Amino acid sequence: MDIGRRNNVNVIGNPRGRAVVLAHGFGCDQNMWRLTVPALVEEYKVVLFDYVGSGRADPSAFSEDRYASLDGYARDVVEVCEAFDLRDAVFVGHSVSAMTGVLAAGTAAERIGALVMVAPSPRYIDDDGYRGGFSAEDIDELLASLESNYLGWSAAMAPVIMGNAERPELGEELTNSFCATDPDMARVFARTTFLSDSRDDLKTVRVPTLVLECTQDVIAPREVGAFVHQAIPGSALVTLDATGHCPHLSAPEATNQAITAFLAGLR
Amino acid sequence: MCRTGQQPDPQGTGDEETAHAAFAALLEDSVEELYENAPCGYLSTLMDGTIAKINATLLGWLGLEREAAVGRMRFTDLLTVGGKLYHETHFAPLLRMQGEIGGIALEIKQADGGRMPVLVSSAVKQGGSGEPLLIRTTVFDARDRRAYEEELLRGRKAAEEARRRAEADRARLQDALAVLQQSLLPATLPPLPGMETAAHYHTASPDRLGGDFYDVFPVDGKRFAFFLGDVCGKGPQAAAVTSLIRYTLRAAALHDPDPVSALSTLNKVLHERYSDNGDPRYCTAVFGTLEPDPVTGEVAVRLASGGHPPALVLRADGTAGFLPTPGGLLVGVLPSARFVGATTVLAPGDTLLLYTDGITEARTGKDRTALFGDEALLAFAAGRAGVSPRAVIEALTGLLHSFGDGLDDDTALLALGVPAPDPQTKNPR
Repeated sequence: MDIGRRNNVNVIGNPRGRAVVLAHGFGCDQNMWRLTVPALVEEYKVVLFDYVGSGRADPSAFSEDRYASLDGYARDVVEVCEAFDLRDAVFVGHSVSAMTGVLAAGTAAERIGALVMVAPSPRYIDDDGYRGGFSAEDIDELLASLESNYLGWSAAMAPVIMGNAERPELGEELTNSFCATDPDMARVFARTTFLSDSRDDLKTVRVPTLVLECTQDVIAPREVGAFVHQAIPGSALVTLDATGHCPHLSAPEATNQAITAFLAGLR
Repeated sequence: MCRTGQQPDPQGTGDEETAHAAFAALLEDSVEELYENAPCGYLSTLMDGTIAKINATLLGWLGLEREAAVGRMRFTDLLTVGGKLYHETHFAPLLRMQGEIGGIALEIKQADGGRMPVLVSSAVKQGGSGEPLLIRTTVFDARDRRAYEEELLRGRKAAEEARRRAEADRARLQDALAVLQQSLLPATLPPLPGMETAAHYHTASPDRLGGDFYDVFPVDGKRFAFFLGDVCGKGPQAAAVTSLIRYTLRAAALHDPDPVSALSTLNKVLHERYSDNGDPRYCTAVFGTLEPDPVTGEVAVRLASGGHPPALVLRADGTAGFLPTPGGLLVGVLPSARFVGATTVLAPGDTLLLYTDGITEARTGKDRTALFGDEALLAFAAGRAGVSPRAVIEALTGLLHSFGDGLDDDTALLALGVPAPDPQTKNPR
């Protein structure tokens, strides 16, 4: 199988530099990193990809079984690392992808040598003694929102959105195409994301880790950032003066600065 | 711009007094008034979502006082939790990347606990050097539209569910039909002393039971019988006839293995069973016996045909020819029918090939209008004369595949041959 095509992998930047894998979270695709990439390309080999079921990954590779758990997404990560023979890469994961990185680092230790967790949350739903910020009903509400917003998706547009080798220019013009996903696949990713509980996996992290949180984040509130920081031995926590769940878009300078400082301090 | 009272009425015939009054009313509509009481909600926020300006229409929908909202709430505070999640994962990133986003369905929370479906569009206002300054948002009442969309979604889901069910039903039906079809054919052919056999059945459509049939079975200590034929029609009725034919021919052969006699018995049975109920059923068939001679290794073949295409004999010397049985009638049409017999002897390296007309009537050529035909089959068979029955059937199976959608009928193939004593002696010419 061609993993590069399956996950729409793009490798850019310094071919001799350390590999930095940028992994998007639930919602959109690798375009989310467009303001991060310029800060990294000079020194690092930057690896961008889309999870199967998102962006321009090959929709025919989607399997509801595989992607019903974060392990399925983590396998995507490991397979991308293997296909491009990445060793000791720094994995930068946004939101749920931060946890995917934890799982991938656990199964392929030689591939992933450090983690940057951008607005991570190991569990979104409240539990005894833990506040994730959401109830199960809230997640149902999100699924309803997904359903009523096809965001430019229709059966007719799907092949265009999903990448058309013959006419790539078609896709570029589409409004909202970064977040256009087959609703059935988006629903699976949403359920997997928001019903996941990876709190126990945090303790297993053995690599240098940077946790980035925002001052005002509805999805990953500060107490969740503190939880992640405390659970990962030796991790660093940086609180970005940013609002929302996507500091790499809303506060790119501060986010880039935190990431490059962490990268510079590795070894 | 609005017309003034000094300008003439475009029609030149209207009541000028009325026109003056109407335009005067329009002029009283101040921009501020329009903003506050527009038929949609207006909202301006800082880039972090803090509400800087909000119009009366939206405040009214929310049931909020201006003081409670401006400077104190963010846009996401107006949304349901699910809407917040959607905003953070889709809306906000897209707005940042594109500078604008339109027509997103969300729900706003009302002070009385209600929820109101709205359609939201936002655009980023940029400063002189392109830096984002604030976000302008319009909010449309989508209560009726959402109800309609939900109807559509429900309809779509129901249609998808119905399609899934129909596909599952169809798959189950095809499985059942495949089992039934298999039951009409022998699972394996019995071993014949000093002979090799091979068969192939091509099913044209998994949805329809085919009407072709064949079988090979022992008659007594030294003879074996075989038959191959084609029932008129398809589907369950044809399958029922096929079943009747199989058991009739098997029983008839045990009683009297003479080929003409076996076909005559079948003719009587079919005619008696189907002729008087207004739904006549008939078939074409070749029935025959094989009598191997253990001393010479040769096999004596006696066969008879009822309206069926003639058998082919492929000789060890690389030649092939039809074994003519002209004039045999369809089986089951008339109360008593004449069937034509023929005999031949298969020497080592010879093969008897029986087939149904699916193969000869396969449509070929670019526009699929020509038929493959008897002569082409004879030539194809001659090219395989001298090879084993299994190899003959494999070659013919490949030929059937090559027809693609030109092959639209079921096809049965049966090859009965005497193995050549040694591969070196094949095609001695």
